[in-house]
Amino acid sequence: MKILIADDNPVDRLLLSKIVSKEGHHVIEAKNGKEAIEYFLQESPDIILLDVIMPLLNGKDAAKEIKRLAGEELVPIIFLTSLVDAQSLADCLEAGGDDFLTKPYNHIILKAKIDAFVRMRNMHGILQKQRDTIVEHNQHMLREQHVAKTVFDNVAHSGCLDAENIKYMLSPLAVFNGDVLLAARKPAGGMHVLLGDFTGHGLPAAIGAMPVAEIFYGMTAKGFGLQMILREINTKLKKILPVGFFCCAAAVSLNFSERSMSVWMGGVPDCYLLTNKGSHLESIQSQHLPLGVLKTEQFNDDMTEHSMDIEDRFFMWSDGIVEARNSQGEMFGEERLRSIFSNDIDPNVLFDAVQKSINEFVGETEKDDDTTLVELKMVDDEAVDQAVSSRRSSSVASDWKIDYELGADSLRNFNPLPLVMHIMMEVPILRVMGGQLFTVVSELFSNALEHGLLTLDSAMKSTPAGFAEFYAVREQRLTALQSGFIKIQMQHTSKNGRTGIFKLSIEDSGEGFNYKKVSHEKALEIADNTSEKNIYSGRGLPLINALCHSLEYVGCGNKVVAEIHWPQKNKV
Amino acid sequence: MGVQSKIDESGQEVTIKVEGRFDFSAHQEFREAYEVASSKITSYVVDLGNASYLDSSALGMLLLLRDYAGGDDACITITKCNDDVRRILSISNFEQLFTIK
Repeated sequence: MKILIADDNPVDRLLLSKIVSKEGHHVIEAKNGKEAIEYFLQESPDIILLDVIMPLLNGKDAAKEIKRLAGEELVPIIFLTSLVDAQSLADCLEAGGDDFLTKPYNHIILKAKIDAFVRMRNMHGILQKQRDTIVEHNQHMLREQHVAKTVFDNVAHSGCLDAENIKYMLSPLAVFNGDVLLAARKPAGGMHVLLGDFTGHGLPAAIGAMPVAEIFYGMTAKGFGLQMILREINTKLKKILPVGFFCCAAAVSLNFSERSMSVWMGGVPDCYLLTNKGSHLESIQSQHLPLGVLKTEQFNDDMTEHSMDIEDRFFMWSDGIVEARNSQGEMFGEERLRSIFSNDIDPNVLFDAVQKSINEFVGETEKDDDTTLVELKMVDDEAVDQAVSSRRSSSVASDWKIDYELGADSLRNFNPLPLVMHIMMEVPILRVMGGQLFTVVSELFSNALEHGLLTLDSAMKSTPAGFAEFYAVREQRLTALQSGFIKIQMQHTSKNGRTGIFKLSIEDSGEGFNYKKVSHEKALEIADNTSEKNIYSGRGLPLINALCHSLEYVGCGNKVVAEIHWPQKNKV
Repeated sequence: MGVQSKIDESGQEVTIKVEGRFDFSAHQEFREAYEVASSKITSYVVDLGNASYLDSSALGMLLLLRDYAGGDDACITITKCNDDVRRILSISNFEQLFTIK
């Protein structure tokens, strides 16, 4: 160890220096306080022995300065003094000294004290190093979390949370939020909203939220119903979350045009539906287990239906709201929550009232769970549309017409349906009806090809063997096809992007059929399948008729025109 | 696109999985899928989880399967239909003939 000894008395200094160097330490000698400070800066000693009364700068002032210069580093200072009164000794420690040694020196005590301070200094060094490591790690982690949060926000909040009819409050505990709030416009109108509360919070919860958001936004954009989406999310979470981890959720499908809402709730506190200008309050209870608990086969996607008028509101929250605690450890509780709603507050400021009430209740106490509060308002379709349509990608095909004629060569070895479907799928709203549209196009194209061009008779399909034969003959005749054509014409028109008509006509070069002879009405009726006779064909036209707004044969029966209008009025 | 079939451990149930478009082009494969199965088979599951589209010839094929499996006594479950497929099945009143899940 390097030990600095400062004493103006040469004899005392020499004596002390001898004792200390005998113990194997390296000694630096200073004659006064000023020198002590100089040597301290030059030599960085490990321990300083400082006489109290010295010329130029006394020991106490030197100690103060040295401690200031040392900063966070621990440089033990032991005062050397012949003073023995309690106050003088206390003053030494007051000035920044760590201990004192009274003259004449007892070298056993001196050695013990030096050893003790060496230990203390080492320990202090280790502590500081560990602290620095922890600080560094923490900063590193925070940097990583900030990057991850950016990714998370891009995924989780890509929806329409800023829509005019949504009010929400999210309070993250850590950088990440264990609560996840997602909202997306359905391509066919309406809105999906999902509030999820993962067990735990921070990183583990956020990781679970990523696939939830991906599935929610991806499937909503593709036009899937909320039930399918929930089913998919449940399957995914069940697969990726460890046992004991799950996601409590409330999911809502808002239908603005029909003024209704379907709700699925699993493991979340009661939600409130406020109707009749705020005069009627209904609690809606969770009917299901949280997402990620049950296997796919056991998952229940039943939803409850509620009709809503314009300005009616639906409130949902994570359990962090009900379980928010004040400084006394009391919970906010459902009763307090409900009482806010029974206070006859103007529905327009209710959300703020709830938020205020919770904040006041919790006060300065540290929140121990994530708290999320959401209000959904029923509004006019147009109100939401206007806000959202401005953001809709401008490169959407809405008004177009296409004529597509296939000759015999193409028909022999080319299936035009994927291409036709691809063109239709460029219109988001048609994408939603993709399944039906395929059935319509495929059906009418098959009819044109099989009956029009290849003159096959469906009656063949009345037995299993005939069914197979039908397709065998189809293959033969198609291979042998030398002339003929099929014209596919598609047209889509849209009015302000709110309603639209898709018109499909398919014409073939065949002879047509006497569609008037077959009683049109009857041909389009759906056969009662429970009747004893189960023929394997004849379902195509009734099916299309049910799917389309209108279906008409024209000319000699070699041309058919189908119209599909959207938004669709459900025929089934 | 394709049709796959799998018989369960008991050897009594066969699951036929149709992927992609379920139309006449799947006819041969679909028939093979249920005809290959042994006589021990008592119940059939048609998994349409990965079937995107359905047309009327697919309905015909389902009815062929039903007759093959014993007509009114047939035990056939159609599972995992997406909304579109379910709609097509329901328009054609197929709920009355098959168990649709």
